[in-house]
Amino acid sequence: MAQLIVFRLMSPVAAFACAPVLTGMIAKTKAFFAGRRGPPLFQSYYDLIKLLQKGAVYGDTSSWIFRAGPVVSLGAALVACCLIPFASFGVPLSFSGDLIFFACLLGVMRFFTVIAALDTGSPFEGMGASREVFFSALAEPVFILGLLSVARGVPSLRMDDIFGAGIGGTLATRLLAGTTLFAVTLAENARIPVDDPATHLELTMIHEVMVLDHGGPDFAFITYGASLKLWLFCLITVRTLLPFHAASPITDSILTALCMVALAGIIGVVESVMARLRLIRVPQLLAGAGALSVLALLFGLGVMR
Amino acid sequence: MKLFLMLCIFAPAAVSTATIPLRARPNLQRFAGVVVALAASIAGLWTAACTLVTGDILTFHAGWTMPAGSFSLSLDGLSAVFLIPLFILSAAGAVYALEYMKESASGRNQGFAWAYYNILVSSMALVVTASNGFLFLIAWEIMSVSSFACVLHNHEQTESREAAWIYLVATHIGTAFLLVFFLFAGARCGSLDFSAFARHGFSPHASSFLFIAGLVGFGSKAGFVPFHVWLPRAHPVAPSHVSALMSGIMIKMGIYGLMRSMVMLGHFQPWWGYLLVSIGCVSGIAGVLLALGQHDLKRLLAYHSVENIGIIALGVGAGALGVSYGIPSLAVLGFCGALLHVVNHALFKGLLFLSAGSVLHAAKTARIDALGGLIKKMPATAMGFLVGSIAICGLPPLNGFISEFLVYLAGFTGLSSSSVPVFGMSAALVGSLALIGGLAAACFTKAFGTVFLGEPRSNTKSPRESGPFMRAPMYGLGAICLIIGLFFGPLSHFLAVPAGLLASVPSAQAAHEIFRVTPSLAGISYGSMLLAAAVAALFLARKALLSKRPVTTSSTWGCGYGAPTPRMQYTASSFAQPVISFFGRVLGVKPDESGPESPFPAPWKFHSHVPDLFLDNVYIPAFKAVDKGLSRLRWLQGGKVHRYVLYIAVTLIALLMWNVLWPN
Repeated sequence: MAQLIVFRLMSPVAAFACAPVLTGMIAKTKAFFAGRRGPPLFQSYYDLIKLLQKGAVYGDTSSWIFRAGPVVSLGAALVACCLIPFASFGVPLSFSGDLIFFACLLGVMRFFTVIAALDTGSPFEGMGASREVFFSALAEPVFILGLLSVARGVPSLRMDDIFGAGIGGTLATRLLAGTTLFAVTLAENARIPVDDPATHLELTMIHEVMVLDHGGPDFAFITYGASLKLWLFCLITVRTLLPFHAASPITDSILTALCMVALAGIIGVVESVMARLRLIRVPQLLAGAGALSVLALLFGLGVMR
Repeated sequence: MKLFLMLCIFAPAAVSTATIPLRARPNLQRFAGVVVALAASIAGLWTAACTLVTGDILTFHAGWTMPAGSFSLSLDGLSAVFLIPLFILSAAGAVYALEYMKESASGRNQGFAWAYYNILVSSMALVVTASNGFLFLIAWEIMSVSSFACVLHNHEQTESREAAWIYLVATHIGTAFLLVFFLFAGARCGSLDFSAFARHGFSPHASSFLFIAGLVGFGSKAGFVPFHVWLPRAHPVAPSHVSALMSGIMIKMGIYGLMRSMVMLGHFQPWWGYLLVSIGCVSGIAGVLLALGQHDLKRLLAYHSVENIGIIALGVGAGALGVSYGIPSLAVLGFCGALLHVVNHALFKGLLFLSAGSVLHAAKTARIDALGGLIKKMPATAMGFLVGSIAICGLPPLNGFISEFLVYLAGFTGLSSSSVPVFGMSAALVGSLALIGGLAAACFTKAFGTVFLGEPRSNTKSPRESGPFMRAPMYGLGAICLIIGLFFGPLSHFLAVPAGLLASVPSAQAAHEIFRVTPSLAGISYGSMLLAAAVAALFLARKALLSKRPVTTSSTWGCGYGAPTPRMQYTASSFAQPVISFFGRVLGVKPDESGPESPFPAPWKFHSHVPDLFLDNVYIPAFKAVDKGLSRLRWLQGGKVHRYVLYIAVTLIALLMWNVLWPN
């Protein structure tokens, strides 16, 4: 019984413990392309610890919504980590149709981040919030259709089955769905080509500027929540493209962790070799990803072999 | 039980009409109006709950002196599902109106406003329980006319009169189609009773014709695109509790009529499902896109009603597809999702309209771009609007998520079927529902953020929070939304009887299908409670972290600008601009190309406007053409009485000759 509980809890615990490594890996890869040594791999952890030890400054325009935003968005991210299995471990919360619950938890995260941004009364946050809701409105159907094309191949509607033990679906479906999900990962996690996380120009930011006014523990919650979201999207993409299973749980965990780090490296490569797209081109990227996801769905039906 | 039913249907109208002459005692009129509404609500909710729990059907039959039809009522599971939100909203609206209408009707006979409201409630209860076509049409007409009278409350304003006129014309065009529906069906069956319709097997052509007539007639009341044009004009000008009632439950009377006619026609054909899913996709997406472009808070909420009716149509379409292709799980899930969304939308749309009314009452304007920062002055209203926004975006842990989840599950069931049309329709359903959800989140962050957050954008006089009678209904509706969101699992089997009726399966099988979904609903409850627990834990953790550290306030960072003003904030139009310009071609938005011209430019204005394409390009030209054509016949109306007497005589002689020459 205790073993079952531990087995189920390993997935969220792995997410909580290892998520900031991915952002460190992306930073290391970008530094390598720039000919630098870059910050240490665990720099994100040091940043979080530093932020947690600071005080807070709140704007006098803001209300309780601004104080609630980081708390609710991190809470939603923590619950979302309880839905997706890591390696061959189980999950604490699994039911048929939890795809939609996952997507809507991300929606809760986004809703509260956006209204916390609007609470500051600053035009920068308003600009970032406006772009964010537009891109995520377009990314959501793409994401759900991509997940569905994988789910239909398994066939199951539980993420535990789809990304855990299930190895169903044709290679074509998985490749197309994986590409779609990679594009959504870049869009939802504020990576180039959708948004530049390292820019200092507020007028060009999307995600970074929405959280401009937060500091201290609030900013620690937001950064940690963003790294959890990146972990979850990378896990989904890795499990879609490589639905393997090794013999023992430990080998499986190490292999999955290595694949996640490799995917983070690939994201770093994409960030280093591409420039960020013009804002009016981002919907075209998402529409292209949407077309791929519809194709993946059709391949799954067996209409086009 | 039958006494309760009679009471809840007829008491509000009777009592409020009786108080109309008491002009000198407005307090008595208000008191009587509220008390009878509350009493009828309690009686009605009790009756509807008993019907849903026991599965019995209450019937009542009486003869009357009208030339056709009979006075027969019947309350089954399907009617009970619609009675529940009706009575919750009517009670909430009545309590709200105690304070809301206090100032607006001074000097006038308030009894009329209360009477119109209570007659509207009574007529809607009668529409839902009527089981004879003639009685149904009478109740439908009373509902339309009393809502017209309610909308005309502020009849001194031109906009109010025009909106009410458009509404009156639209509802009567719909009623014309309903007349065709009932007359055709009655001619085929020989009787206008619903039970006779259900027993009679209509031929495929007849049932197709009846379906189209019913779709147009009921769809225009429900607000399907392209029949929706009256909705965004009539709902903003009505008093807010009336808007809540109209948007929450009156448009659902169209859905009720559609569902009841589908039950009566039996033998679903596949193209009904295709048509309903397509209407759902178009209404949902068009509704939310048009809502994004609105500058008036209540008109934005009215367009969102169009969107949610689209979601309900998606559920009904999925159910229809399931019945015609013989997939019981798809049918039951689709209809359950639609029925639950009827109840949920009534609750959260009512909550949103009541809070918007509170804003209008306090700030005297509903223009979004003139408001701002209201959360500090009106915290309860802001909380109500926030709860309503989270619910309407379909986010956990509230009730909007549950009904959208059921419609998604119906879509997933369709996607795993092997028939290509069902697959295609389900893919369209899932894609549109996801897009609608994303755009709705964009729209409500815009509305909530611009109206309640930030700094006030204009110098409206300092608004005060509404009184207890306006706040109590908001708290009540929000609490019900939360309860349904967290604990729907045990309540789900009450939908078995109505869903089984709609899906043409025995209610035991429907209960079995719903039972298969119960673990998912339980999982959602656990997840939502886990979310609440996580948020609470993080809040305590932050409080502990900050307890020993300095916490100060300062002004918002504006890139070092020394003198920030509230006008520098993002406006609602700017917030929605990326979405509107992306969908510009579809919406018919013409970009404002002009700009300041010379080196020393004069003052310049920018105005953004999202037109309603159907009104401008279809209805207004059509009505103008009809007007032009009919104006050629104006010579018939000479104005002289003896000419009219001549017309009567000529018509009578013609009819007599027709009767003589062709006696049959």
